[in-house]
Amino acid sequence: MTREFLLAGFGGQGVMSLGMVLTYAGMLEGRQVSWMPSYGPEQRGGTANCSVIISTEPIGCPVVTEPDVLVAMNPPSWERFCGAVRPGGLAVVNSSMVKVSRAREDIRLTQIPATSLAEGLGNLRMANMVVLGALVGLTGVVGMDSVKKALDKVFPGREHLVAANRAALDKGLAWVTGGAAAGAAG
Amino acid sequence: MMKGNEAIGEAAIVAGCRCFFGYPITPQNELPEYMARRLPEVGGVFVQAESEVAAINMVYGAAAAGARAMTSSSSPGVSLKQEGISYLSACELPCVVVNMVRGGPGLGGIQPAQSDYFQATRGGGHGDYRTLVYGAASVQELVDLTIEAFDAADRYRNPVLLLADGILGQMMEPAVFPDSPPLPPPAKPWAVTGASGRPRNLINSLILQPDMLEAHNWRLMEKFRQIEEREVRWEEDQLDDAELVVVAYGTTARVVRAALGAARREGLKVGLLRPITLWPFPAQPLRRLKRARAVLTVEMSTGQMVEDVRLAVEGRLPVQFYGRTGGVVPTPREVLARIKEIAGELAQEAGGRK
Amino acid sequence: MKQVFGRPRVLNDVVMHYCPGCHHGVIHRLIGEVVDELGIAERTIGIAPVGCSVLAYNYFNLDFVQAAHGRAPAVATGIKRALPDRVVFTYQGDGDLAAIGTAEVVHAAMRSERITVVFVNNAVFGMTSGQMAPTTLVGQKTTTTPWGRDARVHGHPLRVAEMLAALYGPAYIARVSVHTPAQVMKAKKCLEKAFRTQLEDRGFSMVEFVSNCPTNWGLSPLDSVRWLEENMLKYYPLGEFKLPEEVA
Repeated sequence: MTREFLLAGFGGQGVMSLGMVLTYAGMLEGRQVSWMPSYGPEQRGGTANCSVIISTEPIGCPVVTEPDVLVAMNPPSWERFCGAVRPGGLAVVNSSMVKVSRAREDIRLTQIPATSLAEGLGNLRMANMVVLGALVGLTGVVGMDSVKKALDKVFPGREHLVAANRAALDKGLAWVTGGAAAGAAG
Repeated sequence: MMKGNEAIGEAAIVAGCRCFFGYPITPQNELPEYMARRLPEVGGVFVQAESEVAAINMVYGAAAAGARAMTSSSSPGVSLKQEGISYLSACELPCVVVNMVRGGPGLGGIQPAQSDYFQATRGGGHGDYRTLVYGAASVQELVDLTIEAFDAADRYRNPVLLLADGILGQMMEPAVFPDSPPLPPPAKPWAVTGASGRPRNLINSLILQPDMLEAHNWRLMEKFRQIEEREVRWEEDQLDDAELVVVAYGTTARVVRAALGAARREGLKVGLLRPITLWPFPAQPLRRLKRARAVLTVEMSTGQMVEDVRLAVEGRLPVQFYGRTGGVVPTPREVLARIKEIAGELAQEAGGRK
Repeated sequence: MKQVFGRPRVLNDVVMHYCPGCHHGVIHRLIGEVVDELGIAERTIGIAPVGCSVLAYNYFNLDFVQAAHGRAPAVATGIKRALPDRVVFTYQGDGDLAAIGTAEVVHAAMRSERITVVFVNNAVFGMTSGQMAPTTLVGQKTTTTPWGRDARVHGHPLRVAEMLAALYGPAYIARVSVHTPAQVMKAKKCLEKAFRTQLEDRGFSMVEFVSNCPTNWGLSPLDSVRWLEENMLKYYPLGEFKLPEEVA
């Protein structure tokens, strides 16, 4: 089985590291994985996105053009990519910033106020981990244990952030599962 | 897990490369940046040169001094290095040159392309010479081929090119690094190290007498013939029963592989030949195809490798082409559509014969 | 009998191909004497350019590398970085160093590469038969400036020693000539300082030789020396332009 993710937002929202943690978690679970950033001439601002593929098969093209799962952290990302989601796929939208005006009938849509939830945890920059926690609950593609282990791989030497990241992951997971899983996964 | 560009750097260090000379150009910057950080830790040298021309000539100097040396660039920069590559080959100096190919011609773009195939596989610079050219298709293969490239460069005393693109350079995939190269670097009694206790050594490509230059060129050619005999490499995927054989390398081969699965699920007999060495080109597997009725070459160019495919099949099979260029990466869907189209034509032909 | 004069050991006993009266032979000899006297022959690597002195590798019994046109300082950088305890020098003409290889020599100097550049400036492309060089004097006739170099069309000649001396990187920059015995003695001292600068790890060193080209100047050897003195030295003054303190 192959799951293709497209994770998009503006620079600073942490979509690249969101993708890396997800990818590492897949690797820790013995799956084939790839992470691929979009790259362009711009150094700052604008939208950033990365492709993540987690599969039981060898991975073909690492560039995801028709994602099974789209994460849109800001309005331009949603506008640009909502049409690309595979029919039957899932879109996770940061509703703190994105107002979904025209919803597609053929995809699942989860709106999560990731920025506000992160703010509630005392760190705006944890919005990406809130979304990753939600992805764990919504897709089951990787387990929360693997995600938490992957944090150490992606942020070596930044142990002081691990507790905050874990709290954000739990927050996101709890938000989509109604709170029941948060304690158990911690 | 590592980015492809960084994986090349670490693999070069495993291979014993201690001299890297580079110049910034997208999309390969992570490689010189990695070397700038890592080489001093292992007693190596990183110099950011004033140009790609200077960088390849620094490689020429370091290689002449017997070091395992490397440079990397992307298409416009690799054009500038061609002077040096010709000199390195003429002087029989080993080195590894990485080209993270981007769309051209001219300044082009910075997105993935395979439009430097002709330049890479035909020598690239002036004069009668070839270079061994690897085309990697995964981060792990970037690691393995980088290490092999240093080994082959020393074995044949000739530059070796490693081709990839921005996708492979930027993407992260798991990769395993060996602790050491399979073979220790060979002794280099020809290197210029100061003529101490031996006659002096000379590294030179000026041969003014035509008969002597001719003899030199034929001797180099003999070496290139040996490379053709011994170093050609490819990967086959479901060629045995394939009626349609797709030929693709690097990133494009990954795209084709994704399309192949879908085509097979629809019952189409399609296989993939993935050249790993672009020069020498793997003609052999194309010449011994049993059930093939057509060949499709897929490239990120307007059609370059397709000429080698046509030379390989020597007119015995129709060779079709599908290309995207300028930095556009073909999608599995597009490739699948082309496969189905050709498969349909083949079915019609077969029907017509009955 | 005591031998008071002989061929430097690092010079091969072969006839040089240089034209009669050309200063390359004298400059080669000075390098040979300095390398001999410093006792560094067994760890010295020379880099030959493209131009008249392309065959310099035939005249020195030293490890040698022939470089592409203008690239000698980059090649020297590669060798020196790979083998920091060796002595590395380039031998370059004005077409090689001051035209196609300007970037390479400026940046080697800027990086303060521990190499010695021997720059022979005779104001003309010699080997290709006398075309204008960047160092050709204003008014000087060459095959590509048949009515003389016109500053409006071809610009003004490049003073390499002054240009490099303006950089922070180089440690020793001098301009010398070998057109009189006295100047030969001075030139040798400067060349020795340049090599010492490298041996003592002080930085980049260059000695520019104001030289002649009787053949392409269309003058007899003697007249070429007179022309050098009357014209070249006015625009290219001799002297030391940059010194490392301790060497001075």
